[in-house]
Amino acid sequence: MSSPDDRSDIAADIPENSEFSEISNDNGGVSRRNFLKGSSVALTIPLIAKGEKIVKAGGAEVKVLGPDKVNITLNINGAQRTASVETRVTLLDTLRNELDMTGAKRVCDRATCGACTVVMDGKPVYACTVLAVDAQGKSIQTVESLDQNGNLHPVQQAFVDNDAQQCGFCTPGFVMACKALLDKNPSPTQEEMEMGLGGNLCRCGTYNGIKGAVAQASQEMKKTRTMKGGRGNG
Amino acid sequence: MADYKWPEEGKRKYIGKRISRVDGPHKVSGRAKYTYDLNRPGMLFGKILRSAHAHAKIVSIDISAAEKMPGVKAVKIIQGPGTEIQWALDEIAAVVAVDEPTAEDAIRAIKVVYEKLPHFVNEQNLDQVPAAYRRQPTEQTKGEPDAAFKQSDVVTVEGTYGNDVITHCCLETHGLVAEWEDDKNVLIHPSTQSVSSIGQELARALGIPAGNVHVKMDHIGGGFGSKFPIDRWGIEAARLSKMVGGKPVKIMLERDAELAVAGTRPSAYAKVKVAATKDGKLLAWDSESWGSGGVAGTGMPPYPYVWQIPNAKTKHFSITTHVGPQRAWRAPNHPQAALITMSAIDDLAAKLGTDPLDFFIKNIEMTGVRANVYKDELLKGAEMIEWKKLWRPRGEGAVGSTKTLKRGLGLSIHTWGGGGHASDCDLTIHPDGSVEIKLGSQDLGTGTRTTIQIVVAESLGLPFDGVKVYIGDNKYPPSGSSGGSTTIGGVSASSRRASIDALNQLFEKIAPAMSTTPDKLEATGGKIQVIGDPTKSMTWKQACAKLGTQPLTTRGKHPGKESLTSAGVGGAMMADVTVDIETGIVKMNNFVAIQDCGLIIDMKTAESQVFGAMIMGIGYSLYEEKIMDSQTGRMLNGNMEFYKLPGLADVGNFKVHMMTGKGYDERGPIGLGEPPTVSPGAAISNAVANAIGVRVSTIPLTPERVLAALAMKKGGSNG
Ligand code: FES
Ligand code: FES
Repeated sequence: MSSPDDRSDIAADIPENSEFSEISNDNGGVSRRNFLKGSSVALTIPLIAKGEKIVKAGGAEVKVLGPDKVNITLNINGAQRTASVETRVTLLDTLRNELDMTGAKRVCDRATCGACTVVMDGKPVYACTVLAVDAQGKSIQTVESLDQNGNLHPVQQAFVDNDAQQCGFCTPGFVMACKALLDKNPSPTQEEMEMGLGGNLCRCGTYNGIKGAVAQASQEMKKTRTMKGGRGNG
Repeated sequence: MADYKWPEEGKRKYIGKRISRVDGPHKVSGRAKYTYDLNRPGMLFGKILRSAHAHAKIVSIDISAAEKMPGVKAVKIIQGPGTEIQWALDEIAAVVAVDEPTAEDAIRAIKVVYEKLPHFVNEQNLDQVPAAYRRQPTEQTKGEPDAAFKQSDVVTVEGTYGNDVITHCCLETHGLVAEWEDDKNVLIHPSTQSVSSIGQELARALGIPAGNVHVKMDHIGGGFGSKFPIDRWGIEAARLSKMVGGKPVKIMLERDAELAVAGTRPSAYAKVKVAATKDGKLLAWDSESWGSGGVAGTGMPPYPYVWQIPNAKTKHFSITTHVGPQRAWRAPNHPQAALITMSAIDDLAAKLGTDPLDFFIKNIEMTGVRANVYKDELLKGAEMIEWKKLWRPRGEGAVGSTKTLKRGLGLSIHTWGGGGHASDCDLTIHPDGSVEIKLGSQDLGTGTRTTIQIVVAESLGLPFDGVKVYIGDNKYPPSGSSGGSTTIGGVSASSRRASIDALNQLFEKIAPAMSTTPDKLEATGGKIQVIGDPTKSMTWKQACAKLGTQPLTTRGKHPGKESLTSAGVGGAMMADVTVDIETGIVKMNNFVAIQDCGLIIDMKTAESQVFGAMIMGIGYSLYEEKIMDSQTGRMLNGNMEFYKLPGLADVGNFKVHMMTGKGYDERGPIGLGEPPTVSPGAAISNAVANAIGVRVSTIPLTPERVLAALAMKKGGSNG
């Protein structure tokens, strides 16, 4: 006979008798995982009243959030969006489940596949591995912002023209990774492209089309830049 | 009158051209809604508690703590005490809660006590398979294999070859949203390859009439053969929704469950003996094979594959294991059969000191009815990959090799049936000239929507965007499941018939006004005109206005009159690889596919499917393997870091050539989902053997296995 499956998670590495777990027990029976996620946040984010607690850790008083839901404000595609989420909830799940922005996909949910890629302060990030509370105060750009008035962004158009998609489930992530790459490096070499898109996976096997799409989008974006007098096209 | 036959090459406006998929803009903008993306009003989240053990009896389940948790709306036992669980992560209980974190907490609060039972999960070595897990073998003999092997003029090789179990790893996991519209009617949004039939399965399970299940799905994030059934989680989602007053309940599998229980491609291993006469004619085959697809075991792949060797003997053991069960995986059984057959024959060619390309062509008549197709394809492929310029005998290293980087070339051929599934569709021409077609089909990313639109626009002589295609709803006329490369045959034939019937009815309506008879009319360039006389014409809009107020609807069917599709294709693949003999890493240089699939409707999406199959093939040849832990009986790599898919930098360069024109087009469209997935394993394994001078017996060809094979070779064994 044995006990039920205790699914491993990041907190499983913390010994039962550590300071962390003692405090988490003081904190109303929060699971270790919740506490860890909450505590990792508290030291880095600005003051938020709701759901905040002061606990002792390592002899010092620190602020933690959770386990209850907290109100957060996210700057997404230039607009302030609010949501009420537990501190353990990721940016990805907040976008998808709270804000109905489902372009970013949940696939591996642990920083392997890139399907959840969004751009945060100009850099592509895995939204499945960013806590929503940590994303506050950052500028977040999602795939939904790329097409304007029915006109696709050159990266998107290039994906369509080169048939760089089949089922399309990986596509929004690739589009964002590709855009972030080209914004930074308008003419990537083969190696730079492989690096830039190396954090994304496709199961249907669309890489051949994606390579073509990067080449086309690179050309198009350079043209646009020149037309706009050297400015990027956002 | 228009007839059903596909238009001649010179008369095709869209068919066979390179047309971008119609739902492409929707997908790139992130607005395409997949099952996983649905946020239905009032939706709740379901999660499943899964078995910790591969083989165990459930002694007790305590759900009381979970039930009391705030935010938890329902808890349900799926497999209760007394049940014997046969694979790890099988479904035990489910919860529904207001959000995912709460549902996860509730799952953790359920206490299950198991009585562990012995398990068996690793069948790679036949000698180590306990008798209880080994079914009675099946045996077949053709010709006189024993006598043939004893002939004085034969050259024989023996080898062991294998494919490990792999998974589908759809990026969108399995799952659905289920909700009750009232107490009798349920609406489901599954991620499925069977829009028209999955509801019947749910109705049976729930004991309600089939017509009370409404199925909708706009987009699916990958299926590859794993998404036909409603599955236990599908049925439970519907039951749980009922328990919470009909509210929508969403259950999507977690990644670890997806990889553990939502489908595998069975393993296949074989000890093979194959012989040819000294002058290089294939003569005899003898294989003892085994493999497993989980608790139900697995049948024998078709050995020897494609080659109709006159004397052949096979013996196959089906092995049962405590591993999540197999499902159809693109071209079931064929990739395994190709790997084992083509590897053995390649080893035989090497022993004879012959270029395998020459050996294949010399024996090509033994491939049967498609011998000429294969020959043309092999010659074409050889030209594309520069075979004759680059190839060198096994172990010498192809042109471009260095001391530590060995280059090699390998090839394989394959076949698949295809044919068209049953398909009904309704095509409506409205009096304002707009046209729509509806059918309960689905687009797996193969371009089904696009190809239907091409067929209708072509058949009615309309601009491409003059047609609207509706699929993904079981209230539309039923169309078959998308499996076995049967969709394009079915939907193109039914939509062609519906279009032609509608056109002929329209001709009848307008012929008098044009002072002619219907048989003298044709539709072309957005007009209806007297055949060959553009001066006597009417615009499409004017013609449709003659319908008055009543739209014209026709029901297209497949099968039906006139043969519009067929079955049976042949393809060839050639791989060019470089192996680093110090690290064991295999790098793809070039990969070439030559494929026949009858009449191509959309060249762009057809080629994409071949590229995609080649890349999936690189995955299972070099990286993918469902690794089971003998101790715990659980999958060790149930995530995407260690269940490895190839990335963009891993795949090298591709060339695809589709066989078209005379001899191909008149067969009608034939599906492409399966054929090009068959040969990669064999072509790549053969290329590696050619590069390093020794066979790496089992795919995936991991660095560890490559190095082990090299060490064996050095150690003097003949590998
Ligand atoms: S879902 Fe975030 S990287 Fe895979
Ligand atoms: S297009 Fe299907 S996963 Fe990339």
